[in-house]
Amino acid sequence: MQSEEWKFTAKDIAEKPDLFMSGHRACAGCAPAAVMRLILKATRGPTIVTMATGCMEVVSTIYPYTSWAVPWLHTAFENAAANASGIEAAIKVLRKKGRIKDEHVDVIAIAGDGGTYDIGIQALSGAVERGHDFLFVLYDNEAYMNTGIQRSGGTPLGASTTTSPAGEVIPGKLEPKKPIADIMVAHEIPYVATASPYYWRDLIIKVRKGLEVEGPAFLHVFAPCPRGWRSDPSKSIELSRLAVETCVFPLWECINGEYQLSAPSKVIAMAPQKKKPVKEYLAVQGRFRHLFTPKYEKLIDEIQRITDMRWQKLLKKCGIA
Amino acid sequence: MKSVEQKVLALNGDEAVAYAVKQCDVDVVAAYPITPQTIIVERFSEYVANGEVETAFVCTESEHSALTACLAASLTGARAFTASASAGLALMHEMLFVTSGCRAPVVMAIANRALSAPINIHGDQSDTMAQRDSGWIQIYAENAQEVYDSVIQAFRIAEHPEVLLPAMVCLDGFQLSHSVENVNVLPDDVVKKFVGVRQFPKVLTHEGKLAPLRLDPHNPMTLGPLAFPNYYFEFKRQQEEAMKKALEVIRQVHNEYAEISGRSYGDGLLDPYHLEDAEIATVCLGSTAGTVKAVVDELRSEGVKAGLLRIRAFRPLPVEGIRKALENVKAVAVMDRSMSFGGHGGAVFHEVRHALYDSDKRPFIVNYIYGLGGRDTSPMQVRAIYKDLQEIVQKGHVETPIKYVGLRE
Amino acid sequence: MTLKEKEKSWKEISIAAVCWKPSTEFLTGDWKTYKPVRDPAKCTRCLLCVIFCPDGAIHWKADRNDIEFDYNYCKGCGVCANECPVKAIEMKLE
Repeated sequence: MQSEEWKFTAKDIAEKPDLFMSGHRACAGCAPAAVMRLILKATRGPTIVTMATGCMEVVSTIYPYTSWAVPWLHTAFENAAANASGIEAAIKVLRKKGRIKDEHVDVIAIAGDGGTYDIGIQALSGAVERGHDFLFVLYDNEAYMNTGIQRSGGTPLGASTTTSPAGEVIPGKLEPKKPIADIMVAHEIPYVATASPYYWRDLIIKVRKGLEVEGPAFLHVFAPCPRGWRSDPSKSIELSRLAVETCVFPLWECINGEYQLSAPSKVIAMAPQKKKPVKEYLAVQGRFRHLFTPKYEKLIDEIQRITDMRWQKLLKKCGIA
Repeated sequence: MKSVEQKVLALNGDEAVAYAVKQCDVDVVAAYPITPQTIIVERFSEYVANGEVETAFVCTESEHSALTACLAASLTGARAFTASASAGLALMHEMLFVTSGCRAPVVMAIANRALSAPINIHGDQSDTMAQRDSGWIQIYAENAQEVYDSVIQAFRIAEHPEVLLPAMVCLDGFQLSHSVENVNVLPDDVVKKFVGVRQFPKVLTHEGKLAPLRLDPHNPMTLGPLAFPNYYFEFKRQQEEAMKKALEVIRQVHNEYAEISGRSYGDGLLDPYHLEDAEIATVCLGSTAGTVKAVVDELRSEGVKAGLLRIRAFRPLPVEGIRKALENVKAVAVMDRSMSFGGHGGAVFHEVRHALYDSDKRPFIVNYIYGLGGRDTSPMQVRAIYKDLQEIVQKGHVETPIKYVGLRE
Repeated sequence: MTLKEKEKSWKEISIAAVCWKPSTEFLTGDWKTYKPVRDPAKCTRCLLCVIFCPDGAIHWKADRNDIEFDYNYCKGCGVCANECPVKAIEMKLE
């Protein structure tokens, strides 16, 4: 892929005007907001963005203000991929009929974990099955943050949320995260990848690859939420690094069915001693605070076990283990 | 102007919809199958397969996505169409409001069908009546010919720059959707010219520009934002204004179409039948009017001053027109093919009664719930309704304001 | 925050709730408690702070070959200070 040759130096990124503009009302230290900026740094020409209901939608389009310098559409929660289907179909026909300029338009659908794992998965699955040419970006802050931190299918095991609170007998969420990116791989679409904002260049290149590819592409972006994770706002980007270093959120691509580790995770695969224990990642987040009590500390082992198991599975898929 | 020459085709109501859509230069059709609508999208997909239309046909995985895709396509500048019924329309419920709120002139045909439970695939109007507050224009057709004519008109009405609201054309499930009739169809070029090319009103964008209302990378704009209590209400008021404008536009488009086709349905909003001197009258929507008209003819031949008011446009509701049409009648029976549980009568009853409240002459008004889940309504049963009205006039009071037609007690 | 201007009537605003102001007119700078202060001598102009700022509140000024904090938008989250590889940014109480 030619994408490998792209520069995207820090200067390139810094010089490109923000298409996700300042003045949005995301919380201080919001990684999803940083992710929005980075996604739009990767655009390559005429682009339309459509979004599911969620934090980033709400904070960026409080009428009469908008943070979007590109054409942007929100209609509902569960249907970002269906929006993209309609936009893409319309552009195809209108170009053919000469009603709009005959040029390629990139369509990006963006949704949070609720709008992807849960309520949005039907529309997403349908849209990729139909083969629409669009990039779906999941910014995963691992719970329904906009409505006040309720658990979603993307909430990890052991996390305390307002609907999976850590109590006297239940240690937070009892189920591990749904492997959403693998589910998308199972759709046999040309491009699926994971990304994390600390590795900003990797993220931007993956967005660009997703746009370049013909047909549906899916990008799963890890996006720490200081409000919902009960973490220090200044640590949001650091957490996105720790998640990769502990293999809680490994970085990989799957191009036409072929899995391959991305550099930050490959380093760990090559030198397993660099793999940090999950404890380091959990300890800096209030949502896991209860795991550091005698009553529930065993769950940390379980989280480590599941993380290792998933990591090994991934290594196998990448032909490494 | 003399009406243009037309072909006669044997079409059922669903096929009439598909044929009209084929002629309307529609850019995107997104749909999901559901009885009794399915024939519409089946026929249309044949047109696509045979290259007879330049339309992107998107077979979505649900009605929710079907309407979403139409909405998004419409906001990208496309002319968009979908069709549904019953549970499918109910699943669209959320998106109906979003479509009207985004002012997307999507046109949708509804083959009216009962709502579950128990599940029932047959006709009644529970599905569209449940959506009457969704901000969509609703036109109810009496026969397959009117279905064809109404779909063509619907694009013009919905896309009118002063309206810009989505529109439903409702046809009774099976009675219309599956019954073959002779349908006069206009030549393709005449329809294409009649519907024209979509025009876009200009809106103020965040760049300080006035730009056509559509998603366009050369004129970026933000559609579907969050409005707080300081602005939300204003947009709802705008929608109400558009509905008011639609009253006049439905009439205009209907009249213009009548000149070309030679076919008219009252004034396009209300279709009265022997109402001028009527003493007793029924009010109904859709195909039932055919049965009622036959009964009115019989009664008239017997010297009974019976009439009918068929409501064609239920949204916007021609309140003034209904009042004027009915205020000189002595007793009115409103026929509802749906229920509003616990609401003292059906939706049409509520609204007709409300229209008559401002009249000094307030006629007696009663409600007949009929035909739920596809139950047949016979001319005998309609005759009985008129007989009840005669009795009410004679006695000077109403004994039973709400009755059920053909229900086993 | 910007001054509240007179809100418009339903007749004055465009239909379909099209946004007519860029959010750059909405200043979020007054949310902050702490403010990033940089030591220009330590700063290597690596631009990581520009890249990571969730608010786009640090600008790269190519003509001056330097960065600039835009306190109109900075919410004081401290991501820039935390990520700065040479610890050139300090968060100070406003």
